[in-house]
Amino acid sequence: MHTNIIALVSGIIFGIGLCVSQMVNPAVVIGFLDVTGDWDPRLAFVMIGALLVTGTSFPLILKRRQPLCAAEFSVPANKVVDRPLVLGAVLFGIGWGLSGICPGPAVTALAFGLEKSVIFAVAMFAGMGLFKRSRH
Amino acid sequence: MTQPLWEAFIGGILIGIAATVMLLFNGRITGNSGIIGGLWTIRKDKQHWRMFYAAGLIIGAGIYGSLHPGPVPLVINAPVPALIIAGFLVGYGTRLGSGCTAGHGVCGIARLSKRSIAATLIFMSTAVVTVWIVKQF
Repeated sequence: MHTNIIALVSGIIFGIGLCVSQMVNPAVVIGFLDVTGDWDPRLAFVMIGALLVTGTSFPLILKRRQPLCAAEFSVPANKVVDRPLVLGAVLFGIGWGLSGICPGPAVTALAFGLEKSVIFAVAMFAGMGLFKRSRH
Repeated sequence: MTQPLWEAFIGGILIGIAATVMLLFNGRITGNSGIIGGLWTIRKDKQHWRMFYAAGLIIGAGIYGSLHPGPVPLVINAPVPALIIAGFLVGYGTRLGSGCTAGHGVCGIARLSKRSIAATLIFMSTAVVTVWIVKQF
């Protein structure tokens, strides 16, 4: 039960962060990716802010024997840059560049009820479902 | 660009805090694509925390929206057919590549994961090239 509450709180903070930083706005993301145009540096500041926190906290937390509300850490152990990683990142990059939307903002934006947000989120969830089917 | 840069920075810090809370208490990486994609199997694996997290994202935006003076700026310029293709690519690609901007970009780089650093460089540069190509039409 505790883990559900923690996940809810983490989601709420993340959602507010995406809104405050404007990462939830696809036009801002496209403005950052459009390096040959009128470049919008905001996304870089979002990444710097986030990495300042996680870059400090993660190494400290991972020194602990276990997390506070779970038996063990569930952190990826794979260290190999393999084909699925590269191909997946390329496909994601194309989709992200076309839309300006990545998974967190896709769900967060549903709060504002735009039709296009819903269309994107449904297509994304379908893509995730297809991947799941292809693996089982 | 009317928004000051420090707001982007503060937003980033909040995102970092959210990921820190998740790792410290639940021992998990805040990978949005993994958590959302995991909703497909929630009935079987009973990982209900994923649903709580996804609901939190929407509630967080709702809280922001209710405090924000005027409408929250949200501009989606891509036409609907492009959005459908893009959504599908983002969904499939992040699952195949084991992560997105959050899991690889914010959490993985903080762990100095070679896979996450590689993935972030690849999806960032692919997205930059995609935006440039779209601009040519």
